Amino acid sequence: MATENTERIFDSNDTARQERIKQLKRGVQSFTQNKLSVIGLLMILTLVFAAIFAPYIAPYPEDAGPGVNYDQASQPPSLEHPMGTDTTGRDIFSRVLFGARLSLLMGIVVLSIAISIGVTLGLVAGYLGGKTNTVIMRTTDVFLAIPPTLLAMTVVAATGASLINVMIAIAFSWWSWYTRLVQGEVLSIKEDEFIESSRALGSGWFRTTFKEILPNVLSPITVKATLDMGFVILVGAGLSFLGLGAQPPTPTWGAMIAQGRNYVTSFWWIAVFPGLAISFAVLGFNFIGDGLRDVLDVEVN
Amino acid sequence: MSYVDYIVRRGFQSIPVVFGLSVLIFVISRVIPGDPVRLALGPQASQQQVEKLRAEMGLDQPLPLQYVDWLAGVLQGDWGMSLRTNNNVLSDIVARLPATFELVVVTLFFAVLLAIPFGVVAGTNKDRWQDHLSRITALFGVSMPRFWVAIVLQIIFVVSLGLLPLSGRLSDGVVPPPAVTHLFLVDSLIAGQFGTFVDAAKHLVLPAFALGLATLAQVMRLIRSDMIDEQRKDYVLAARAYGLPNNLIEYKYMLRNAFTSSLTVIGLAFGFLLGNAFLVEIVFAWPGMARYGVQAILYQDFNSIVGITIVVGVGFVSANFVVDLLYGYIDPRVRLEEN
Repeated sequence: MATENTERIFDSNDTARQERIKQLKRGVQSFTQNKLSVIGLLMILTLVFAAIFAPYIAPYPEDAGPGVNYDQASQPPSLEHPMGTDTTGRDIFSRVLFGARLSLLMGIVVLSIAISIGVTLGLVAGYLGGKTNTVIMRTTDVFLAIPPTLLAMTVVAATGASLINVMIAIAFSWWSWYTRLVQGEVLSIKEDEFIESSRALGSGWFRTTFKEILPNVLSPITVKATLDMGFVILVGAGLSFLGLGAQPPTPTWGAMIAQGRNYVTSFWWIAVFPGLAISFAVLGFNFIGDGLRDVLDVEVN
Repeated sequence: MSYVDYIVRRGFQSIPVVFGLSVLIFVISRVIPGDPVRLALGPQASQQQVEKLRAEMGLDQPLPLQYVDWLAGVLQGDWGMSLRTNNNVLSDIVARLPATFELVVVTLFFAVLLAIPFGVVAGTNKDRWQDHLSRITALFGVSMPRFWVAIVLQIIFVVSLGLLPLSGRLSDGVVPPPAVTHLFLVDSLIAGQFGTFVDAAKHLVLPAFALGLATLAQVMRLIRSDMIDEQRKDYVLAARAYGLPNNLIEYKYMLRNAFTSSLTVIGLAFGFLLGNAFLVEIVFAWPGMARYGVQAILYQDFNSIVGITIVVGVGFVSANFVVDLLYGYIDPRVRLEEN
């Protein structure tokens, strides 16, 4: 009797697992059928590879720092310097590689903070409803009423320019999008039967929201987070372009463009290549996000 | 619900947002930066001096009282002095607002104007090359940093081709037209100075393009997907069965419905352009509010920063309000849903 039951449980577990594997396979298949998303994935893998191995790939790794090499100053792109050199003679290609580290770090840190705050608040607001919902969603509306770049700029101005402050400032202006997204999703599935049965089994609100509801709202969060990786990199680049990010000689892409901006009439390559790197990174995440949106069949705005 | 009821109701909904916005700005400006008294007096000030100034500035009061004082000042036009220009912040901003407004409005107008035909063509040719091209163009459009696009445009159109001016609102030696609206395009036409109009327009081309590229892409994609949704509807089938010309169906009937749902995003875009103008104005030395704001941030000129945040935040909320009003006007179902 006992063995029979256990077998049956194993059976149903097996079918559930098989079903999940089948779903996953289908997902991977439709993702790989989308050419753009495969290209995007390759782009981001390249970027991650470049970021991790920057010290080994970079032809002049010491140029990531404050190095000065005036006899090599402002050289146009050549075999020796694929992206040319800046006005103090540093190899731009090497600096762009090191910049990839900072941009990816920025995206990951900002989104980790923004998603933890935003998703938690969205779950709580949507599930508890009532006054809690009103307070949280009104606060969210306020944050949504200021463009993220401006809010982040204001916060950095108040706290002082540095890499860590910029990351906190962007996260501070970003969580509200996730709150709104998740709250909407929770409202739409809150009355579903599986939630009710979980409650009937005696789960408290904490268990119900995090164990039952959260897994069901992961798809839109994943899609939005992928797209947002690109947008956070854009906003971060904008802030470091204004001199509000990591301070020199840290090779952030935005700061490199700011330096090159003063020489557009004579040395175009100084501003152009770091900008291409930003576009490459953001485009990669957008390609993946676009593909994921089709695979997971969700709409996020 | 009548339209007037709807307006009033919607207006009341904006109040908590504006109130919350003022609290948020107050907190950022007064609480985060540390002690403004110490900042003003420097490290050598005696304890007595500090306490005296603190009492003068009202900073010895509890925070809620300070907030009420601050808000009362803002409402009466007392936005404080700018540390950098030594003027009243409000008058500084009012002097710079028209340049930014002109840039944003021109950008939005052309972005939407171009997005419509591109979006319709992409939507009515779903999964054909027109659609793929629009998709890739749009993804590029939202992926490139606007300030970098601005610099690349300068390199191509100013440095290499010499077709357009590098920066500013007017060429050196061109006198601004007599101020009526403070928008150079409009004022030069009022005064009949066509040379000035052309000069002002030329200065707008590159900033507007750099600023509007991403908006163009977003609106285009939205019109595309709305057009695809419309295509499945019965009235389109009926119109086709009647043998109405394709262009008439697409541009007159379908586009009207598709455009209605795109309105929200266009309203949001206005706010975002206002917020994003900062970086583009810097590159083109555009004498607008955004550039003033960036300089204020670099100089830690706090009153000006707060002023800019208020203006942009209120602009953003108002834009959403206007969009909802238009929405309720065009599509009366929206009003009924509110009940």
